[in-house]
Amino acid sequence: MNIQTKFLGAIDIEERNILTFPEGIPGFEEYNKFIIIPLNETSPFLTLQSIDNAQVGFMIASPYAFKPNYAFDLTQSDVVQLNIEQPQDVVVYGILTLRDTLVNSTINLLAPIVVNEKQKLAKQIVLTNVEDDLLRYPLKVAEGSVK
Amino acid sequence: MLVLTRKIGETILIGETIEVKVVAIDGEQVKLGIEAPKTLKIFRKELYEVIQQENKDALHHQNLNVLDEWQ
Repeated sequence: MNIQTKFLGAIDIEERNILTFPEGIPGFEEYNKFIIIPLNETSPFLTLQSIDNAQVGFMIASPYAFKPNYAFDLTQSDVVQLNIEQPQDVVVYGILTLRDTLVNSTINLLAPIVVNEKQKLAKQIVLTNVEDDLLRYPLKVAEGSVK
Repeated sequence: MLVLTRKIGETILIGETIEVKVVAIDGEQVKLGIEAPKTLKIFRKELYEVIQQENKDALHHQNLNVLDEWQ
């Protein structure tokens, strides 16, 4: 199947890799079908692309590249909704907001994308009772060595 | 919008499975207790709106050039 994407032009995808977001994504509730495509072979960055609208394509990444100790519990409702049978079927991503500089760019760790790879079901969940400001977690902390 | 008056300790039922109870009132703050099926997610509405807005921002701020600096 051939689709138009925001970052990678027209590409061929395997239909079996299409993810279903039963509730859509907050702010984009009308889109339910997405596919995750690596941006290139070497970087940890991927795109979460709507199948139905080329303009709806997010940049995402694994949270652990930015916050190695990132962890949360899935609620019973998430486990049921995503039909999760075993933890190893679950993959987690964060949506990136890439502003003018790397230091101003952030990953949303308050509302991670949780994917059940086995069932191809996904959801952006919202964590509650978290201490840090995880909504805009910096990709890189400002420090002297960063230009 | 349906508006109901309730006192502390009183409850409303939404359908047959969702119960909302007024637990305490302190000035402008109302503490609610909610009993609902575990599959139902309950949020403060502001939190959901914050996530919606952050997703919209994410779609508008996609300066891939900054990723070149990341290692």
